Parts: sequence; structure tokens; C-alpha cells
Amino acid sequence: MSPTFQNILIAALILFCMLNMAALMIWIERRLLALMQDRLGPNRAGPFGLLVILADMIKIFTKEDWIPPFSDKVVFVLAPAIIMATTLLSFAVIPFAPGIQVIDLNIGLLYVLAMSSIGIYSIVLAGWASNSKYSLLGGLRMSAQMFSYEVFMGLSLLGVVAMAGTFNLREIVDSQQRLWFVVPQFLGFVIFMIAGLAETHRLPADMPEAESELIAGYHAEYSGMKFGMFFVGEYVGVILISSLMVVLFFGGWHGPFLPPLVWFALKLGAFLFFFILCRAAMPRPRYDQFMALGWKVLLPLSLLNVLVTGAIILANT
Amino acid sequence: MLSHIRSLALVFRHLFRKNITIQYPEEKARLSPRYRGRIILSRDPDGGERCVGCQLCAVVCPVDCIALQAAEDENGRRFPEFFRINFSRCIYCGLCEDACPTYAIQLTPDVEMAEYDRPNLVYEKEDLLISGEGKYPGYNYYKVAGLSIGGKDKGEAENESPPINPKDLMP
Repeated sequence: MSPTFQNILIAALILFCMLNMAALMIWIERRLLALMQDRLGPNRAGPFGLLVILADMIKIFTKEDWIPPFSDKVVFVLAPAIIMATTLLSFAVIPFAPGIQVIDLNIGLLYVLAMSSIGIYSIVLAGWASNSKYSLLGGLRMSAQMFSYEVFMGLSLLGVVAMAGTFNLREIVDSQQRLWFVVPQFLGFVIFMIAGLAETHRLPADMPEAESELIAGYHAEYSGMKFGMFFVGEYVGVILISSLMVVLFFGGWHGPFLPPLVWFALKLGAFLFFFILCRAAMPRPRYDQFMALGWKVLLPLSLLNVLVTGAIILANT
Repeated sequence: MLSHIRSLALVFRHLFRKNITIQYPEEKARLSPRYRGRIILSRDPDGGERCVGCQLCAVVCPVDCIALQAAEDENGRRFPEFFRINFSRCIYCGLCEDACPTYAIQLTPDVEMAEYDRPNLVYEKEDLLISGEGKYPGYNYYKVAGLSIGGKDKGEAENESPPINPKDLMP
């Protein structure tokens, strides 16, 4: 088998798995949320209610795909494609197991951060092109939230980068063979987790869509599969942040006895579970409180983290 | 910060709690005997209709879903010629049951009366009448009322003394 063909196969396989997992997340999230609220969740269609995914897909594909006449049509159509494309492209550098990686970039981490920055455009443009006030408010909140949390999302990872000495995600995983980075970089991990919540705008940090204030925020005017793209993009983003946490802080595929891919999947599953737990347990903070937390607490803490990590590494060399 | 972690732990523990969901068609919720569901018309212990067609239920009904027409048989017993309840209008408030002087109209703990066609929700007297006495067993309106009907004259009801002659001076 030629290496080019193998690469294409791996890329297609990862794409397939990620999209399917995003779809499966709909069911997992609904079931888990229900169990946490002492309910049962969807359990009628098919085994364990799994066919509810199929029903959701049929529904979302056959719904009227309405483009508002007052919107900026080109941008309106383009916006949901951007978030899907950027989040899926980010998976190109994630090392799932030795050899199962689309491209081994030596600036893999920077690439992921850049992609998530481009992903912001999707929401900002969606909010702007919808040409309605709630969408615009959602888009504005999103841009402010993302820009401010992007700052120390990168800063919180600098400790990991400094300790591993590389931006290459595979090498970062390899350098955690003896000790997971979550132990020396616990502060960085916590900050990255909160920033990740804000980046994926999941429930404790879902100010841009905030049902109770903005109805649906930036995707209020979207319907049909365009709305579905935002939906899938959000779930793929959750999987992306979870796999980043696994790769950067929890030793990637490393683990005893089980094969590497299984270890990765187990750790990934644990983080996906944690995301859903956060959604079930936490209330949405007020918008200004959330921004204040970012700039006044998390940013200084991440700077401190970089400083102390650097000092310790310097002292040891 | 600590409270966030505590709430996370609390919600996590709820994963293992018993679910409160009742899987409806397979298992049914227990409805109390006083639940206000499908309306029925009950009968005497003797098997006669309790309803005397007084219209009080139709008058008190806030959505006007009860329609009836009173009639009288050869014995002087009143009964409804027709009795119609439109359940697509009924709000199950139970006021008709409160208003009924003869315990005839009663609400039962039955809620499974869905239909595909709206006209099927209009229940006639044959659909409403049950063969039993409902919530008040042993109660017979004509046996305790002072009204004279065929086979029972004045003063013959339960706990009723014979009528006195007001023109008589004897004690």
C-alpha cells in the first residue's frame, strides 16, 4: 500500500469517525443529561433509543432551508460551513495513536489554535449576516468571549510546550511517557478547561446562544441543515477540545495493558462525559461576570503559570 | 469555586439514583380514587338511574359541555331523556359532581380516552351510564327523598315519619 493512499485512508477514516461521533453525541448527551436529572431520556426508537439520531437527521435534512430575505445571503450561507470546516481540519494534527494521524506538523499546537481562531469568524459572520438584533448580540458576545478566552487558552498551553520543548503534538504525547502533564501543569489544565468551555460555547459558557436571553443568539435565523452544521460544529468542537486535553495533559495514547487507541478513546470519553456533567450541573454566569473572570483571574493566573514553569525549567538546566 | 465542585459531585451522584420516569404505556401511574377523569353516570342499588335531570350540572359547567333533557316515567321518576357530554370541551373541573344532588354524575380515575376523530369524544347516555353505584354505594335518592313516586308514597322514605294532618288537633 502506497503511503499516499494510506494517508488518504486514515484521513477519511478519521473524518468518518468524527462526524459519526458528533452525531452519536446527540444521543449520549440527551441520555446522560436525562439520567443526571433522574429521567430516562430517549429510549423508544431502536435499541436504547439509538435510532433517535436517525430521526434527528431525517428531520434536519427535510426541514425547510430558509434564507431570510433581509440577510446578507453569501455570508449567511458561508458562515456555518466555516465552523464545520475549521473544527474538522483541526483533527488533522491530533495524534490518536502511533501512526494514526493525518499530518505530523511540527507546529501542530499552533495550527489547532489558529483553526479555532478562524472558527470564531463563523459565529461573528453568522450573527452579522443574519441582520437581526438578537443574532447580532449573540455574535458580538461570541466575538468578545472568544477573543478574550483565546488569549489565555494559548498562554495556558505554553507551560506544556515549555516542558515538552516542542509544538509537535505527537512529541508532546511522547514526552508524557513517565508523567502526565496534568500533574506539573495542573493550573494550566484547569485554565485550559475553562477556556475550552468558553471556546466551544458549551452550557456554563453558552452566553452567545443563551436561550433565556437571546433566544438562540447567533443562529436564531438559521434553519434546516445550516442550523445542523452549527450543531455538528459545536459537538465536533467539544470532541476536539476533549482530545486536546487528552493529548496535552493526560498522556494521549499512553497507558498500560490496553492498545493505544483504546486508551485514547477511554480518556476522550471521560472528558466528553465531563463536558456533559458541566452542562447538567452549572448555571450560566452573567456575561460581565464571565468576562471579568477571564481578564481579572484567569489571565493573570496563566501568566503566573508561564512564569513559574519557565523559572523552574531554567533552574533545572 | 468549591460550590461548583460540590454541585458537580451532587449531579454526578444523581446518575445512580432511581429514575422517576414512569414508562407510560407499559407501566401506569397510580391515580387516586378521587382523581378527576372520565365522567360517568351511576345507578341506584336497585339498578335505576340516579340522575333526575335537574340540569344543575349543565348549569354549573364552566365550558357548557353537558347537555341533557329531563323526562318523567309512568311512576313519576324523573330521568334524562338524553344526556350528552362533549369531552373535547370538558376541563375535568369536577363542578358537576359537586353540584349533583343525587350523586349521579361522578368523575373517575380514568384518563385513557384519546380518539382520532373529534366527534367520537361526544359521549351519549349509553356511554356514560355504568351498572354500579360509583363512589357512594348504598345511596338511593328516591328512598331518602320525601317525594312520592309510584310504589312509594309520602312518609315512606327512610328516616321519614308519616305526614301529619295539620287540620287535626291530636298530638
